[in-house]
Amino acid sequence: MTSIFIPPRPDLARRRFVQGLALGAAGAGLGWPRASLRAETPASAQPGILTGTDFALDIAETQVNFTGRTRPATTVNGGVPAPILRWREGTTVTLRVTNRMRTSTSIHWHGIILPADMDGVPGISFAGIDAGTTFTYRFPVRQSGTYWYHAHTRFQEQTGLYGAIVIDPAGNDRVHSDREHVVLLSDWTDDDPERIYARLKKQSNYYNFAQPTVGDFLRDARRSGLGNALAERKMWNEMRMNPTDLADVSGHTYTYLMNGTAPAGNWTGLFRRGERVRLRFVNGSSSTIFDVRIPGLKMTVVAADGQYVEPVTIDEFRIAAAETYDVIVEPQDDRAYTLFAQSIDRSGFARGTLAPQAGMQAEVPALDPRPWLSMGDMMGAMSMGGGHDMGGMDHAAMGHASMQHDGMAGMQHDMSAAKSAAPAPRVHHARTEYGPTVDMRVDTPRTNLDDPGIGLRGNGRRVLTYADLHTPGGAIDARAPGREIELHLTGNMERFIWSFDGLKFSDAAPVHFRYGERVRIVLVNDTMMTHPIHLHGMWSDLENPDGEFQVRKHTIIVQPAQRITYSVTADALGRWAYHCHLLYHMEAGMFREVVVS
Amino acid sequence: MSPTLSKLMLAIASALPALAIAQSNDTTPAQQEIPPMDHASHAGHDAKAAADKTSHADHAAMAGMDHSQHAANAEPASQNAAAPAMNHSEHTAPAKAAAETHDHAAMSGMDHSQHSANAQPSAQNAAAPAMDHSQHAAPAKASAEMSDHAAMPGMDHGSMAPMQGGNAPPGARSPDYSDGIGYGPMTGMDMADNAPHAMLLIDQLEAFHGNAANGQSWEVEGWYGNDVNKLWLRSEGERSGGRLEEGNLEAFWNRNVATFWSTQLGMRRDFGEGPARTWAAFGMQGLAPYWFELEATAYLGQSGHSALRLRAEYELLFTQRLILQPEVEVNFYGKKDPELGIGSGLSDAQFGLRLRYEIRREFAPYVGVQWTKRFGDSAEFARADGHSAFDRQIVAGFRIWY
Repeated sequence: MTSIFIPPRPDLARRRFVQGLALGAAGAGLGWPRASLRAETPASAQPGILTGTDFALDIAETQVNFTGRTRPATTVNGGVPAPILRWREGTTVTLRVTNRMRTSTSIHWHGIILPADMDGVPGISFAGIDAGTTFTYRFPVRQSGTYWYHAHTRFQEQTGLYGAIVIDPAGNDRVHSDREHVVLLSDWTDDDPERIYARLKKQSNYYNFAQPTVGDFLRDARRSGLGNALAERKMWNEMRMNPTDLADVSGHTYTYLMNGTAPAGNWTGLFRRGERVRLRFVNGSSSTIFDVRIPGLKMTVVAADGQYVEPVTIDEFRIAAAETYDVIVEPQDDRAYTLFAQSIDRSGFARGTLAPQAGMQAEVPALDPRPWLSMGDMMGAMSMGGGHDMGGMDHAAMGHASMQHDGMAGMQHDMSAAKSAAPAPRVHHARTEYGPTVDMRVDTPRTNLDDPGIGLRGNGRRVLTYADLHTPGGAIDARAPGREIELHLTGNMERFIWSFDGLKFSDAAPVHFRYGERVRIVLVNDTMMTHPIHLHGMWSDLENPDGEFQVRKHTIIVQPAQRITYSVTADALGRWAYHCHLLYHMEAGMFREVVVS
Repeated sequence: MSPTLSKLMLAIASALPALAIAQSNDTTPAQQEIPPMDHASHAGHDAKAAADKTSHADHAAMAGMDHSQHAANAEPASQNAAAPAMNHSEHTAPAKAAAETHDHAAMSGMDHSQHSANAQPSAQNAAAPAMDHSQHAAPAKASAEMSDHAAMPGMDHGSMAPMQGGNAPPGARSPDYSDGIGYGPMTGMDMADNAPHAMLLIDQLEAFHGNAANGQSWEVEGWYGNDVNKLWLRSEGERSGGRLEEGNLEAFWNRNVATFWSTQLGMRRDFGEGPARTWAAFGMQGLAPYWFELEATAYLGQSGHSALRLRAEYELLFTQRLILQPEVEVNFYGKKDPELGIGSGLSDAQFGLRLRYEIRREFAPYVGVQWTKRFGDSAEFARADGHSAFDRQIVAGFRIWY
């Protein structure tokens, strides 16, 4: 399937439908053992590659089998994932999307700069694609790199409607490689996602099978003393928050896929020793953040969210739902290497292999220990001791500082990464953050970007952080932002309510960007979960803690108790979606409409 | 009606609407002047700090809800006005101005703004089945302040006030960046953020074996609704000797008024042996710090009958699936009811320990033990009936939800 070996080749414009070519290439490249899966695996087979400017995409409900159970999936041209679409910068693409299901559907082209009515969000860009109808998307391709597309209707993204987009640059690619593979990560469930969502509403920790137990407590008490064990739990318990709350939906129901292949299926990408291999990682998950590494290989990150970055060599990176990273690897030995992508809550992994020939495999590493959230993930800069301007605090804050020192006694080890030299910025909680929809607010968020995030701190590997990402040439629009819009990421985990500023989408007004303005978005994460926030239609120019341009992205992770800023040039007229890309958070209300006018 | 109990019930009656208002995300000007917590004392010890700030009215109510944590040290709530506000920058804005910045219109579905708690409601007033906050007369500002405030620490005592709960400080930022622009005419939006859900929880469906009796009992609840408003049904009862001994069914309008708390307003119907009773019911339920599930419901029946039921539950995870659930329930009655064998005052208490194994989250068999003790006249009635005032039962059953 997607073990694609794609040599540079002429534009195959005007070829309407080129799946055969892709299938041929894929079939030759792989020999992926399907033995572990049952025979009736039509959907996970052969998404193939479609190249050119005219595409026909048929959306249907198709039976698939990733786990031994045959289940319905939302497929494009019969497959999960959907076909890889290969476009070329400077062309205009036409995509005829036909809905062969009984329900409405949609496709959103994630990260693609296009007219608002082509963006594919029902209720915002268009009315959706009704059953039995065809919608034709047509727009010029004005960028290059690795992107993806997915449904924006209910939970159809969870049931399989996602695929990669690769756009070749009009000129030479800055990144030289001898070979490339798309590595599309996703989370598959045999369950109906509507039921998953309903369960989360009824019992939000339904999928968390790593909650603190009596045994954990006794072990901690033995190891570090009863007092410390109590202190470590004190604040969590007082606040009714769970330090193991890392993912809403876990490996309990998910099978993590790499290019539509379960770990047992061992998707394999081929290479020849000494080649520069470009891996285009896409996280097409609905609700999973992955930590990716290839034991034995250094990875050089060359692009993030489709946009070139100054190359940085690392061992591991975190990729949230909807992010993409292009990395170069240069295997020097004729051996197999494991592509290992463990979920943030360490409840499972997607896995594949890079090998000189099909059928090889390397050792699959064990899952890392499941981390507990630290005080820094709850309190931000306040928990970091030094570097914080205590002068500005009243004794209310001081009182908490002393409390949390108690709480920190047992968890010093996790604090090292959470340091910031900058004075804590002032946060402005919205008045709507004081109601039933919000379970915590962070007064002193941290602002540093050099924290790889929960579970990756101090693990002995060189882990990518946003501080490592720099877009060559700086921002496209060098103007300083004319104003700031501060939005807080809020939630009530107990009741599974997610929102911005305590207001769910249904209760909120749109956010207005004035056409042509450069505006700074300030996001403060008042929750203990990691949220990938995606603005449609316009780039998000992430800034460092001093407000200077850092990297151009379309989806930005905001870590627990973190404050980040990015600037946006409001050059795209119309109405756009703006939301957390964890699907269940989005559907629960962590969503806004942005109007540029 | 015993004097103590009637005071207690009055206290709850006055505290409940106050709780609702204090924790809803709309605020009255009076509330805005009040900092959510006395941080100075908070740094010391939470439970005590909370208790220090608990007014008489609220304290009584809270003693019932969580009697372990409250010392009987009640000082005037107004003292808190001197405590520093949690907003580090903007609390100097005058209260009046702050009130004006509030966009009540934006608070869809949450409009408690017009209502104030009546600090000294009569029992009837509080019990009025309508319990519509909009119909409460706004009493003196001072009293509103008192009772609002009294309610606050009771609900979130011990929690980190700056991080949870509380009221928006004056001058808190507006969440509205729309410049007056609304949604367009486009159709097709199908967000699930306000969709209703339904749940049925058969918390206990069990056989019991005690010294006094053997039989079966149930404890079931179900709800339908969205994040804010739900129809909530509850039923419990027991059979013994092939006969329905006692049972009841309650129906509430359950309103989510705070992060972890909701109010309940509705009816209860008793059935089983003896005359059937119908009650107006109102209460609170929610999750207290340290993960205690609490439920407090006051009942007012015909002919001056009144009752109060308090419940607390906890879950202790031995493993991810093996869970011990202690549960305590206490019942008070305002008036002797000989036909039902009930005395006034503290009537009975139950303490149960159930150890369940979640084969699935939704399906867990359990075994347990339950102690029941009757007090006062209720104990006398029981003994006169040939029963013991104390019973220990072995129970086994299933916990099922959907």
